Amino acid sequence: MTATAEREAVRAPRGRAFLSLFKALGRGWIRDRSQIFFTILLPLMFMVLLASVFGSGDTAASRIVAVGDVAVLDGADADEFAVSSAPDLDAALAMLREGDADAAVVQDGAVVRIYPSATNATGGAIAEGRLSALVDDVNVEVLSAAAPGETVLATDVEEADGGALQPIQYLAPGILAWGVAISGVFGAAGTIVDWKRDKLLRRLRLTPASVKTFLGAKVSVNLVVAIGQTAVFLAVAAVAFGLRLSAWTWFAAPLVLLGTFAFLAIGVVIGGIAQTSPAAAGLSNLVTMPMAFVSGAFYPLALSPQWVQWLSYASPMRYLNEALQSVVVYGEPPSAVLPQIGFLAAFAALVGLISWKTFKFDEL
Amino acid sequence: MDAAIEVADLRKTYRGRRTGEVRAVDGVSFRVERGEFFGILGPNGAGKTTTLEIVEGLRRPDSGEVRLLGRSPWPHSPDLTRRLGVQLQASAFFEFLTAREQIETFAELYGATKARAAEMLETVGLAEHAAVRCEKLSGGQQQRLSIACALVGDPELVFLDEPTAALDPQARRNLWDLMRAINAEGRTVVLTTHYMEEAEALCDRVAIMDAGRVKAVDSPAGFIRKLDAPTRVTIASGQLTDERIAELASGETVTGGDGTVVFETRDPRKLLTALASDGALEGLAVRTANLEDVFLHVTGREWRG
Ligand SMILES: Nc1ncnc2c1ncn2[C@@H]1O[C@H](COP(=O)(O)OP(=O)(O)OP(=O)(O)O)[C@@H](O)[C@H]1O
Ligand SMILES: [Mg+2]
Repeated sequence: MTATAEREAVRAPRGRAFLSLFKALGRGWIRDRSQIFFTILLPLMFMVLLASVFGSGDTAASRIVAVGDVAVLDGADADEFAVSSAPDLDAALAMLREGDADAAVVQDGAVVRIYPSATNATGGAIAEGRLSALVDDVNVEVLSAAAPGETVLATDVEEADGGALQPIQYLAPGILAWGVAISGVFGAAGTIVDWKRDKLLRRLRLTPASVKTFLGAKVSVNLVVAIGQTAVFLAVAAVAFGLRLSAWTWFAAPLVLLGTFAFLAIGVVIGGIAQTSPAAAGLSNLVTMPMAFVSGAFYPLALSPQWVQWLSYASPMRYLNEALQSVVVYGEPPSAVLPQIGFLAAFAALVGLISWKTFKFDEL
Repeated sequence: MDAAIEVADLRKTYRGRRTGEVRAVDGVSFRVERGEFFGILGPNGAGKTTTLEIVEGLRRPDSGEVRLLGRSPWPHSPDLTRRLGVQLQASAFFEFLTAREQIETFAELYGATKARAAEMLETVGLAEHAAVRCEKLSGGQQQRLSIACALVGDPELVFLDEPTAALDPQARRNLWDLMRAINAEGRTVVLTTHYMEEAEALCDRVAIMDAGRVKAVDSPAGFIRKLDAPTRVTIASGQLTDERIAELASGETVTGGDGTVVFETRDPRKLLTALASDGALEGLAVRTANLEDVFLHVTGREWRG
């Protein structure tokens, strides 16, 4: 028998062993309700929650309280301003405090005095900006009428990215990256602790199937899960939350796979340390929470303190989040996210190596 | 032909941060012939499981030699594992699978058919529980499923680590029959157990283990013969006069109390004939030496099960 023929003979049953292990582990995954909850439902719940927290302010009309007669509001666009009135400034400020309005306005001759809300700072800032723009518009009209023929500068505000950066556009990649991270880390750590407890791996080591085949099947199940998770999440985000998907969205698949390798490796390290399920879950939280916090997934890094920005370079979620955002939301080609891919790959390789070196197979 | 198992001077010490050093296996040697039913008998913590795991190739010994079917169990080779059937002390199953899915998965790993899987479920009496998830099976049912998984690949050599530990008496008898049948088909069986009567009923030869060492290896009958212990014959008191008792005892030990008279004799036949002709058979009980006495003799301490 030639060497290749011999190798073929060994490979054939290994393929069958892989398939039966994949089937057994996949079935187990589907029947485990807690897995479905963590990978599919929890990220969706987060999307609902965050979209409603961040999503309301800037799309709706700014709620303005006019104190007395505010002439400049006469030319206001009803899409941008919802105007109510208050008898005096104190009443208006009370409304701001209660969060019932975004800004109060008093017109005192030629001075338009704006009181943005401190309770809802974002809504207040938006209202302030819109009111300033309104005043400018009125000035331009007045000046053009007074001096026909003179060139008058006017501003015209367009939303960045053609309006693409709705909160959902910003949030969806971050929540997806987080979802992939927790299912990878919690999944791997929990599985290893389960194996320590129920000795399945020891039993399988005594079958003709190799441990490598078994681990390969397990990782494959996780990769398939990550792809399914991504597809469901992006579909729901697009259909129910109006996420606009770029033509490059399919490239989210290899990104998520790469990220999953990194997160599984982290989970393996945790599973090697933890001895019980609660310990594994606690340690996984301890790692994923800060990782998510400094990744820019839920809050723009540019607005975060400097130390958060520095720490973010160590978080694999940052790179996954950035890459997903570039590709899925901005429609940039994969070549634009090569640095992120490089970082993710290096991170996965490094942690993978650590997990391989520190793992005590004897405990399984 | 090679022996099924050859083990020479195995040693294994566990080192734990809190527990310190435990010499689990301390110089164990034995040999199991092909087709033999071999038992390892010993109390909790004797080192049975550790020994078995080293022989199976699950653990590396600190020192010592193992030959399994003529080859080393380490590194793992599919050619060898294909010929082994293993039931571990703790049942190991795929989570969330039913009994049938479980054994079918194992069947596929060994290249056995679904029909064989169904047949093994039937053999261990789990056919009507085939659709039940493993975690919902009772302890004894799980143990039987685990044995079925060990047998599904049609192994030459079967390792059973305390297979009857969680079983009720009826199920234990059924499993004894099954194990005898497995052995009768020509398979070599290695069994660990706490139960004296189990070792006595099943094993061709028994290794008595205590504190990491094999104290003695022999057939159950051989052990008892070598022990040369007297037979204890008990009858209710008040049937014989003291002189007659002394006469029957003819120099051997007699104890009494609690309404009984107990003779210890090397010639039970003669004593029983005499008792019968005296018509003094009320409350008769005859107890010959068993493995329990052997254990006491071999290890110098009482059996604690
Ligand atoms: N993984 C381990 N780490 C540390 N010590 C261990 C380990 N496994 C077993 N031991 C210790 O080694 C000794 C032998 O254990 P072993 O499991 O081999 O005994 P056993 O004869 O199978 O007992 P049982 O009848 O209870 O199953 C015991 O003192 C036990 O505490
Ligand atoms: Mg044991």
